[in-house]
Amino acid sequence: MEKPLTKNIRPGEEPLDLKAYEHAGGYQALRKVLNGMSPKEVTDTVKQSNLRGRGGAGFPTGMKWSFVPVGEDAPHPKYIIANADEMEPGTFKDRVLLEGDPHLMVEAMIVSGYAIGADIGYIFLRWAYRTAEKRLRKAIGEAYQAGYLGKNILGSGYDFKLEVHVSAGRYMCGEETGLLNSLEGKRATPRAKPPYPQISGLWGKPTIVNNVETLCNVPHIINKGAHWFLDLSHTEDGGTKLYGVSGKVKRPGWWELPMGTTLGELIEEHAGGMQDGLKFRGALPGGASTDFLVEDHLDVKMDFTHVQEAGSRLGTGTAIVLDDKTCPVGFIANLEHFFAQESCGWCTPCREGLPWTARILDAIERGEGRMQDLDLLAAHSELLGPGNTFCALAPGAVEPLQSGLKFYRADFEKHITENRCPWR
Amino acid sequence: MLSEEERKDIEQELSHYEFKRAACIEALKIMQRHRRWISDETIEDLAPVLEMSPDEVDNVATFYNLIYRRPVGQHVILLCDSISCWVMGYEGVREHLKSRLGVELGGTTGDDQFTLLPMVCLGTCDHAPAMMVDDDLYQDLTPQKIDQILETYKNGKS
Repeated sequence: MEKPLTKNIRPGEEPLDLKAYEHAGGYQALRKVLNGMSPKEVTDTVKQSNLRGRGGAGFPTGMKWSFVPVGEDAPHPKYIIANADEMEPGTFKDRVLLEGDPHLMVEAMIVSGYAIGADIGYIFLRWAYRTAEKRLRKAIGEAYQAGYLGKNILGSGYDFKLEVHVSAGRYMCGEETGLLNSLEGKRATPRAKPPYPQISGLWGKPTIVNNVETLCNVPHIINKGAHWFLDLSHTEDGGTKLYGVSGKVKRPGWWELPMGTTLGELIEEHAGGMQDGLKFRGALPGGASTDFLVEDHLDVKMDFTHVQEAGSRLGTGTAIVLDDKTCPVGFIANLEHFFAQESCGWCTPCREGLPWTARILDAIERGEGRMQDLDLLAAHSELLGPGNTFCALAPGAVEPLQSGLKFYRADFEKHITENRCPWR
Repeated sequence: MLSEEERKDIEQELSHYEFKRAACIEALKIMQRHRRWISDETIEDLAPVLEMSPDEVDNVATFYNLIYRRPVGQHVILLCDSISCWVMGYEGVREHLKSRLGVELGGTTGDDQFTLLPMVCLGTCDHAPAMMVDDDLYQDLTPQKIDQILETYKNGKS
């Protein structure tokens, strides 16, 4: 089984330096595009591969790129940004790539930048990833030295600068337009769309923001072709996926597997099943802002299409497991506290609704809940849902709440009728 | 007033940007490195350099989790309180840290050595519970492990 994203990664060891990365086939995709592919051919190849955004939304990457103005009249500078602000609770996959193979990230930025005619690239990195920062800066330095970055790259006439920006920390920085505001030195509040960043992004110029894992697929797609990429997957959504599992399983961790690997295989085979004495009660399949899947869903294929059909989202593909000795109400209360705290306050439903939700959940967990609170929570999950807020934070926040109310209703009711948390 | 060194660091950062205010977050990080936290006075010192009003600088400073608008100790402990750590024993770890340090969340020890802050997901969920002390990450925490970690800092780890 091929593992293009992680083939160079040796956990616990230093990542490949420039020489070793080149020896492993690195920077061949860059040579290939500069020596004979037009930017449009690069974009078309990515389109054919059906690469979809690994940050959570699953938007087709090639299509996103195709909205960027090209040609003589296109505004410059154009920007490409790697969204490395991995702050979705339960998610740790991009850390693996950034720490494990920084040159892959660098090559991916240059190749993808070339496809849209970008002049400048930023890796927007979350503050907590200190090791990744060091390794990326070293890799970028080596790439400049080797002539892979800077002016007239490998004699092609293409110029590209690449920088790392380290965030000062806020979940909203991961939201595409919040990220752009933050990069401009402002609060990371979302911007109205349209105009979309592809037309008017950083400093009002055409900008592409892609997730780390998304971008890291691009050099491999260029080297081996769209069909090869589609064939890696068990389903229609191309490629492999860097999955992860956390919670009370025997072996929490990450694995690069064919896209469409089932939730059950992930938990049972790769994570080693539940810890002794514990039962599986459910999981958030792709980070904190995805709906619960339960035992009936263990055969769901973990890709964008199938997880959505099952009523949730693939999200980041890193599952958080709920076991039978952990209180589902406390679990959901923890999630809503996170979202309430990280709401940027820009729009009213999110700013006011999420703290209210968190307070109600706390009260129920303390044994001070009332039955009508469950209706209030259900109402909030609609009022804060899609279409009612400025960005996707609140709609994401209510996904585990609405599905939690559905699957764990008896547990909520027990807290209220017994005036206590049965797990404490 | 900005010291010579602070001014030099910030001016170097400003040279990377077309607009001075774009360097606001970086400038705050630089000042925090020099002064440990961002006081009202620091905000006043920074504003003219960035061609912003003090309120505009404060507007940015108060938004980000890692810009401290209150004094912190020599070392800042950032304890992850997000979901995977919560499932894996955050509450026990938190109580242990609180009693060992003799502070509540948000508090600083009497000897000014440690500040204990709750922090959102650190992105190391397969090794929960986790915390950072300054720039260093510690995973799979247990009370014993925490005691050992605290000792290394008390013994002068910088």
